[in-house]
Amino acid sequence: MQPFYVTNSPLDPAPLVAYVQTPADGAVVTFAGVARNNFEGRATAHLSYEAYPEMAATVFAQLADEARLRWPIGRVAIHHRTGMLAIGESAVLVVVAAPHRQAAFEAAAYIMDRIKAVAPIWKKEHWADGEAAWRE
Amino acid sequence: MLSIRIRFFAGHRDIVGQAELSLEVQDEATIGMVWEDLCVHYPRLAGYSGRILFAVNQQFATATTLLADGDEVAFIPPVSGGRS
Repeated sequence: MQPFYVTNSPLDPAPLVAYVQTPADGAVVTFAGVARNNFEGRATAHLSYEAYPEMAATVFAQLADEARLRWPIGRVAIHHRTGMLAIGESAVLVVVAAPHRQAAFEAAAYIMDRIKAVAPIWKKEHWADGEAAWRE
Repeated sequence: MLSIRIRFFAGHRDIVGQAELSLEVQDEATIGMVWEDLCVHYPRLAGYSGRILFAVNQQFATATTLLADGDEVAFIPPVSGGRS
């Protein structure tokens, strides 16, 4: 199991949860970012994601380290999907273990915000009316 | 002269029309200078100035980062936004 990974295949949280959890942890937070059927009310047919794959996994590891400087957390795993995603499929999984839940919740939220800000991964909205545009 | 390889992604790739470009740049060139030159050749890129992140060899860099022969350069367009 690679904790930081970009893949064209569907995401499964189970191996990430198994990877992060140690006997010292009282909390495991799993966040899934999911392809939604609209953006501000405009109907979305599907999404596609493109990554700079050689860099994205390195950035994920750096973001986990950033979070570890701010909260007492244990292991972190981040997987991101690329390619075409149907509505309802997971685009990203952020899984954080910690001795206590507050740190796990806050670190997971922080990591997700940072992924949005700096991870070299781009989302294209394919609208139901046939148009498509990079979200930027 | 230095030989560098530039990777383009998402909206930038659409503008440039290719995912990669090999370029000769002058010694002492910075990544910011390369970006400025690209904006001259591809004016639609200029709208991204100030909103991009720079990377050299898959590590974040700044506009003033000096390039070396063989570097892989990337200009990272604004990342998938949306709300948190």
